[in-house]
Amino acid sequence: MTRVYVPRDSAALSVGADHVAAAITREAAQRGASIELVRNGSRGMLWLETLIEVETPHGRVAYGPVNPEDVASLFDADFLSGATHALSHGLTEEIPYLAKQERLTFARVGITDPLSLSDYLAHDGYKGLKNTLAMAPADVVQQVTDSGLRGRGGAAFPTGIKWKTVLGAQSDQKYIVCNADEGDSGTFADRMIMEDDPFVLIEGMTIAGVAVGATQGYIYLRSEYPYAFDVLNQAIAIAEQAQYLGENIQGSGKTFHLEVRLGAGAYICGEETALLESLEGKRGIVRFKPPIPALKGLFGLPTIVNNTISFASVPIIMDKGGAFYKNFGMGRSRGTLPFQLAGNLKQGGLVEKAFGLTLRELVEDFGGGSASGRPIRAVQVGGPLGAYVPPEQFDTPLDYESYVGISAMVGHGGIVAFDDTVDMAKMARYAMEFCAIESCGKCTPCRVGSTRGVEVVDKIIADDNRAANIELLRSLCDTMLNGSLCAMGGMAPFPVLSALNHFPEDFGIQKKELAA
Amino acid sequence: MQSKLEHDFGTPESHAKESVTLNIDGMTVTVPAGTSIMRAASGAGVQVPKLCATDSVDPYGSCRLCLVEVEGRRGYPASCTTPCENGLNVRTQSPKLAELRKGVMELYISDHPLDCLTCATNGNCELQDMAGTVGLREVRYGYEGLNHTKSQKDESNPYFTYDPSKCIVCSRCVRACEEVQGTFALTIEGRGFDSRVSAGMGESFMDSECVSCGACVQACPTATLSEKSIIQMGQPDHSVTTTCAYCGVGCSFRAEMQGNRVVRMVPWKDGKANHGHSCVKGRFAWGYATHPDRVTKPMVRDKISDPWKEVSFDEAIQFASDKFKSIQAQHGRDSIGGITSSRCTNEEVYVMQKLVRAVFQNNNVDTCARVCHSPTGFGLKATLGESAGTQDFDSVMDSDVIIVIGANPTDGHPVFASQMKKRLRQGAKLIVIDPRSTDLVRSAHIEAQHHLKLRPGTNVAILNALGHVIATEGLVKEDYIASRCDVESFEKWRNFVSRENNSPEAL
Repeated sequence: MTRVYVPRDSAALSVGADHVAAAITREAAQRGASIELVRNGSRGMLWLETLIEVETPHGRVAYGPVNPEDVASLFDADFLSGATHALSHGLTEEIPYLAKQERLTFARVGITDPLSLSDYLAHDGYKGLKNTLAMAPADVVQQVTDSGLRGRGGAAFPTGIKWKTVLGAQSDQKYIVCNADEGDSGTFADRMIMEDDPFVLIEGMTIAGVAVGATQGYIYLRSEYPYAFDVLNQAIAIAEQAQYLGENIQGSGKTFHLEVRLGAGAYICGEETALLESLEGKRGIVRFKPPIPALKGLFGLPTIVNNTISFASVPIIMDKGGAFYKNFGMGRSRGTLPFQLAGNLKQGGLVEKAFGLTLRELVEDFGGGSASGRPIRAVQVGGPLGAYVPPEQFDTPLDYESYVGISAMVGHGGIVAFDDTVDMAKMARYAMEFCAIESCGKCTPCRVGSTRGVEVVDKIIADDNRAANIELLRSLCDTMLNGSLCAMGGMAPFPVLSALNHFPEDFGIQKKELAA
Repeated sequence: MQSKLEHDFGTPESHAKESVTLNIDGMTVTVPAGTSIMRAASGAGVQVPKLCATDSVDPYGSCRLCLVEVEGRRGYPASCTTPCENGLNVRTQSPKLAELRKGVMELYISDHPLDCLTCATNGNCELQDMAGTVGLREVRYGYEGLNHTKSQKDESNPYFTYDPSKCIVCSRCVRACEEVQGTFALTIEGRGFDSRVSAGMGESFMDSECVSCGACVQACPTATLSEKSIIQMGQPDHSVTTTCAYCGVGCSFRAEMQGNRVVRMVPWKDGKANHGHSCVKGRFAWGYATHPDRVTKPMVRDKISDPWKEVSFDEAIQFASDKFKSIQAQHGRDSIGGITSSRCTNEEVYVMQKLVRAVFQNNNVDTCARVCHSPTGFGLKATLGESAGTQDFDSVMDSDVIIVIGANPTDGHPVFASQMKKRLRQGAKLIVIDPRSTDLVRSAHIEAQHHLKLRPGTNVAILNALGHVIATEGLVKEDYIASRCDVESFEKWRNFVSRENNSPEAL
């Protein structure tokens, strides 16, 4: 019996993984080949999807991208014993894209069957929780603090400090909330964790609950992730069945319940306070801070709100210790970040690396340059509110502080590349338009400013009073940046100003005019 | 539209016992902990520009005009949402703050009709004031961009108009409807630039759940929600403080006047019974003040069959006095007396009894409240020594469990009901004992934990049954009873309610 892996990740499904799986099953039956088909997660090499793997004595051998019509020829070539084929990539683990990564949070992703608890346990799963249950809550929080883990949603707030605040808050009820409203364009790390290794998220949240004394958790999931919704719900049911969730977890006397809640399609509900409003059943608008959610969060009670990747990084920290995790990274950016390569790149996909590598490495080495073959002109880092980084800055190390230094942000690690056909004035307009469409409408700089921003950029593009309108655009960006209630309006100026500053020629002005 | 004549501190008062001391614009200010920087500044005479903040509702932080600088802190925190802390050094004015405020105002005005001179709130508009305060001199965006200036008015409500073209989406009306009135009729519809106030799901104000209490209109900083009387008559020139006579709550109002003519009635912030809130009756139903049916001149007649004859006040008083005297001369001193309405104020009732006792020389004075409140008055006098209520309305804010029996305050005494609902939303438990499913049993964010739907006329039986359980199940706080009650009387009561026929089961 040969084990064949066909991913069930929605990136693979979107290019026909289900059809490939069906073709393999059919072909095997016809040829009398004995196979065990495993629906694993994706390895994150998305340009190779559908990437199928065959287990051999030497390890798993990869073939991709496989279409249903390739299946017969794979059988003909005896792929079941790992033989070569035009689509063969040799041993999966040795594919440079994967081999060069430092997969901590994504250690199991693509390797295991997402819904097999035994697979999870066999690959170091629930070791972190086991350690946690044997420790005092304050020591757990200390480990997380020591790891240097910072909020992976983009704000990079030290996770341990947040947990400590909730631990210290006196309340009969506390909550753990996972922000899985992954709405940034070009990002998919949260989705992959949830679809491909849901137990790691469940374990991370359970550790958080045990650590701070919260007995109820919620995963706030964007409605556009139907597969993640299904997988999470199944995984939660399996974990409950096996007493990894619910009352008396693993006989510890600790309780942690977990539920998935679906959003309704608003980007702003990825902002933690709007998320909490939405979770409470209200209109998703931003709350002012303080009070911080750690003290007054869900239903006004102490709440940890962390990003999916933050929670998913906790089990390995609690398994191998804070020092192990802290050993990766640079400066104050410790550990790894799953970067998501998207846009005009030859090799899009997920690259988990320690902080400190450069955009050039990501775009050129991993990404393989542009898909169009033309020079890359700009890369937007950190989602739709992240700055456009020009090639001159490709060698700046990717760490939170270095990026702040170039008026950019690492954010959630979304990397979207553009070749030299991009019109950066249109991208600036798009940033304002995005903000206008997604603004919750509470504060004036964002509500009115984003709409005016679109209009002002339009005037600049149309050469209507260009110099005055460029000045007005800068003034508007300043009002939004310094005046907005939350990061939505406060960060929309980043893509706009970076486009204007790095690519003035697209706005009809020269660099030296800009300096004047 | 608020009254210009009342000071707005921007955020509600903090009742904390501890105080904090900070520095605002070089002044040392000490305020109760939990006070916002805005309120602390306002108390010290520094008015930070603001639009979305008003002291009747919790801070919201949306207009971004009240930004300040706090030494050692990043960015420009909103003074309405930032609580004072010991040792803070706050600056409310700086060139950067001025630039930001002007930038925000410019955005507001880029989507606002420029009809100030013919606008109903001209002369009492916070948006206009703020444009002046920040020194807005031009709108660089022009006025051709996307805007709401052609939005249709909703004039369905008989007392006020909603003009979305003037809305600045500060949510003060929505918050007043929620926090002050507790009806939750209003919301913001749409998001981003499309956000606009809405009375429910696309309904008109008249068709919505709005009860026309007027809290939203009062809270509105622009002409978006305007009293029709103001639209018609213009702004008042002075105001007179008075008490609403519609019900026993005794709300204080300021009658805003032009000369002798009322242009609107606004609940008075300093009113102890209503704290600046009102219901539709006192707020809008004052047409009687100038109604043609109203008797404004003294008239006399000898017999009921005679026509009324208009006379001077002196003549009328003389006439009445002569008649009273002649009745007393003929039938004795006790033959006349006076009765007052329960809608009269305490002061009016006092004057009336003074007339009866000092002039009529007898004690024949009573109030119509005798009819309904005699038993409660007797009971209170006998048990507590005072026949009036022993609690003020504000004490409801200290209650953890509230029993409402035989009353329907949301209809009968709406302003008190709003205060009680506020306490219920804070988590107090509610028991309603009433045959009817009144609003309090279940409405927006309110649900009675228990509703005892008794048969009409069985209130006493229910109370005795409650007493039965207390007396027979060891729930009596004996030391309290021993120190406060007459032992013999209490035992009498205990024996009575303990009888089996007073048990809940026997009912």
